[in-house]
Amino acid sequence: MEANLPVRKQKRWNDFKLFLYVLPAIIIIFLFNYLPLWGWSFAFFQYKPGRALLDSQFVGWDNFKVLFGNVVMRNNLFRVLGNTFGIHMLGYLFAPLPMLFAIFLNEVRSTRFKKFVQTMTTLPHFISWVILFSLATSLFGSTGLINILFKEMGAESQVITMLTTDKHVWITQVFLQNWKNLGWSAIIYFAAIAGIDQQLYESAMVDGAGRWRRIWHITIPLLMPTFFVLLVLSIGNFLNTGVDQYLAFGNALNKQYIEVLDLYVYNLGVGSGQISFSVAVGVMKSLVAFVLFYIANTISKRVRGESVF
Amino acid sequence: MTNRSAIYNKNKGTWEDKSFHLVVYLIFGAFTLLCAYPFYYLLIGTLSNTQLVDMGKVILWPVDIHLNNYVEIFKVQNLGTTAFVSVLRTVAGTGTSILATAYMAYFFTKENMWARKFWYRFTVVTMYFSAGLIPGYLNIKMLGLMNNFWVYIIPALISVFNMILVKTSIEAMPAELEESAHLDGAGYMRRFVQIVLPLQKPILATIALFTAVTHWNDFFTTMLYITDTKLYTLQFLLYELLNHIQTASQQIEYESSNQLAANAITPTGIRLTLTAVVTIPILVVYPFIQRFFVQGIMVGAVKG
Repeated sequence: MEANLPVRKQKRWNDFKLFLYVLPAIIIIFLFNYLPLWGWSFAFFQYKPGRALLDSQFVGWDNFKVLFGNVVMRNNLFRVLGNTFGIHMLGYLFAPLPMLFAIFLNEVRSTRFKKFVQTMTTLPHFISWVILFSLATSLFGSTGLINILFKEMGAESQVITMLTTDKHVWITQVFLQNWKNLGWSAIIYFAAIAGIDQQLYESAMVDGAGRWRRIWHITIPLLMPTFFVLLVLSIGNFLNTGVDQYLAFGNALNKQYIEVLDLYVYNLGVGSGQISFSVAVGVMKSLVAFVLFYIANTISKRVRGESVF
Repeated sequence: MTNRSAIYNKNKGTWEDKSFHLVVYLIFGAFTLLCAYPFYYLLIGTLSNTQLVDMGKVILWPVDIHLNNYVEIFKVQNLGTTAFVSVLRTVAGTGTSILATAYMAYFFTKENMWARKFWYRFTVVTMYFSAGLIPGYLNIKMLGLMNNFWVYIIPALISVFNMILVKTSIEAMPAELEESAHLDGAGYMRRFVQIVLPLQKPILATIALFTAVTHWNDFFTTMLYITDTKLYTLQFLLYELLNHIQTASQQIEYESSNQLAANAITPTGIRLTLTAVVTIPILVVYPFIQRFFVQGIMVGAVKG
């Protein structure tokens, strides 16, 4: 039948056939990314678990109003936002580390040392936060190795309570994040350094530039675009932290400071069953995150455009 | 033409060079140790006399090596099933995801697809928004994937980020390869399976490794959607153990034939050994991940 159609129609059918091929994949995308959006309607009802949605009372924007109007809810929201901001801001202090890691490791002459360090330091990236928590408990927990050693040395007062205190929560979590991801994040800078034209270094060395001069005038300026693009993209992710790390390390003792926005949404919804509020917070978060992503993307395109011509 | 090795070696052996290297070796050595030690401790802690481990006597090397912990751990209720679920999910999930992702990527490279730009944007935009936790939960419920093994597989079928990677890789392929097959009368599926797919092995292997690690490490899916203990994954089991969740069905019981023996397993031992069971596969696969990713970059960074 197809062979009888004029050529143009046959081409059109062929083009549409391509769409039909990819349709199953598009359906999957739709089912798991677009379809859940109907769940946003829960934010506009006073939903009680166990009942059907339409049995619940429609309350319009009330849930959103309560989030900001009710003192308790508002304080919780701001606390949680504060935790998220705090941890991210502290994280930004560590942002140059991967770059410096790559730069200085690259200066080492021994390839074996470089490879060994890279191998060992990228390993933590591949374990889960649950495993990390288990390791941390074994070493730093109240009955962990370090505390036992302290007790033996008689330094009873030096007991580390890292995991069960509400002090220093943010910095602890940021340290853990860096332990896990520093080696891995440095990889992209290694790749960038490998892409730098060696002749730049050679002519600099001929002109008498020492190690520090070369790093400051050649390596760092050429790595800056990568650094900024990654930094800007991380702004898009500012509200997102994921739950894994904080579910694993969170407990009643440090909850005050460890409960980030994502964990709060989880606790509200799955923990205490306040579905409507959980969805309301989630909706706001998704919208703000989308805007942040859009801004970050636009900025990063400009930065990349300028440096790559 | 200046002598290159003279340029690069000018600094070699000077005090500046030596002291620089000393400091760098110390700092990087310390951090490397910090990264490696916890895993080392995991290994020696599970292989050593359990009483000594509890007392904190095992620090730098294993003492009284025994394999009892690893024997005892399998008496933990359902460990075999749980391990099987983890492995099955990782293998099946990765395999299907690679195929589905590559499939989608391939067809998106066809520029004459009807409304390609629209559908591509439709797909890529999903990287920038998320419906949220509860909506996701309700959705899975509605689709009938609750408490079902397929919840591990189907939602994870297509990673848009990976799809973009594969699409870029396919587009870098010479068009003539497919052209000649097309002229010989091969249809799209034939060309995809017999020509495109084999040539994409490097990028597919890379994303396969990362997908596999993601599957192996995931515990949140189990936490949200699974209540049947027979569908638990190792990672979730570890999470539960660490949080001492003790409901009737989740209580971890073990039958130890000889509780008083020097190498009887202790609660600490259970925790460490289960952690080891979950971590060792990653340690085993790790060299392969290394080979694909890091080495190539490191070699390129060697100067002179």
